[in-house]
Amino acid sequence: MSTVKQEREPLFSAKNRKLLTNPLNIDNPITVQVLGICSALAVTAKIKPAFVMALSVIVVTTFANLIISVMRNGIPPRIRIIVQLVVIASLVILVDQVLKAFVYDVSKQLSVFVGLIITNCIIMGRLEAFAMGNKPWPSILDGVGNGLGYGVILLIVAFVRELFGSGTIWGFHVIPEAFYEIGYKNNGFMILPPMALIIVGIIIWIQRSRNPELIEEN
Amino acid sequence: MQELFNIFVKSIFVDNMVFAYFLGMCSYLAVSKTVNTSVGLGLAVIFVLGITVPVDYLLNDYILKPGALVWLDPEFADVDLSFLSFILFIAIIASMVQLVEMVVEKFSPALYSSLGIFLPLIAVNCAILGGSLFMQEREYQSLAQATSFGLGSGVGWFLAIVGIAAIREKIRYSNVPGPLRGLGITFIITGLMGIAFMSFLGIKL
Repeated sequence: MSTVKQEREPLFSAKNRKLLTNPLNIDNPITVQVLGICSALAVTAKIKPAFVMALSVIVVTTFANLIISVMRNGIPPRIRIIVQLVVIASLVILVDQVLKAFVYDVSKQLSVFVGLIITNCIIMGRLEAFAMGNKPWPSILDGVGNGLGYGVILLIVAFVRELFGSGTIWGFHVIPEAFYEIGYKNNGFMILPPMALIIVGIIIWIQRSRNPELIEEN
Repeated sequence: MQELFNIFVKSIFVDNMVFAYFLGMCSYLAVSKTVNTSVGLGLAVIFVLGITVPVDYLLNDYILKPGALVWLDPEFADVDLSFLSFILFIAIIASMVQLVEMVVEKFSPALYSSLGIFLPLIAVNCAILGGSLFMQEREYQSLAQATSFGLGSGVGWFLAIVGIAAIREKIRYSNVPGPLRGLGITFIITGLMGIAFMSFLGIKL
């Protein structure tokens, strides 16, 4: 399949590279397209669950985009939402079973949020906006790109919250004991849900001051 | 009765869908520009949560959870179908939303025209699926408990979206730093509202 494509267009042409890199910055699913906020905030108190979550979302976006893109000409438009939901739900069940089998403790921490990947708007959003109208290979790239863009924000938020909230990174202590002796304390506030929102707000602020074309009217 | 009331109040304030679990954030951010539309969406969410959570409770109790199929045949005592819950819950939600839409259109055209466009949107609102999954995870004991949890979560979501919409209507007249306008400031305000709601955490019910 890919050989046929290569004749017409190189596998990583400039357009295809854009599909992969745009979501990392100026077309980020979380901070620009406002998709998939729910799960992004809830799993970011520690890096490890955030990493597992990001990986699961990348897997699901990639394969959902691929499957829908392959079937796009056979799906009647009236029932497309149901078809998309069935594809996504089956992929999520697979991911959930794999997580339960290999990283049980993390899957317990993520609790309902693995299931909520089904209604994660990133996936539905990309299926509707991209996979329904494009060939399989660009759709895969779009899925990977958007999954990565989501993962990057997740990891930044989780890094800040874990470092300042528990003084650890990936479970290892990084803040030296000496700091605690002279009176440094972990900021327990960082662990609490509202801080995730405020950190994402600050990320948006930084990103938009560097890319002024993203600034909204009001 | 006391217990049902406790679950109701707890799911509105302590376990608020938006501020404690970030569920339904997508539509929360997208539809909170004016108070009128957010009231419409909030009502639709209360309505749909109040229906889907009890229905999914019955589904979970009689079909999905380990040993739930005993009512069919005692042989099925060790069948565990809980891995199917995601796909069945979402199917129930999608079809209930469709059903509710048709019923409302038939019997209350006024309500239909005010909820109109929001009803189909709700099928993919994570607060709805989240409500059912939390119901399953917390193992509520009876249909009444599941119903009061569903209604309470809906009311909590309603309060959150109407609150943020009211604030956003006012903030239009403020001089927010350019890059923070729109999405950024909404996130930060939601964070502050979350901090305010955390004062309910101390309540023991």
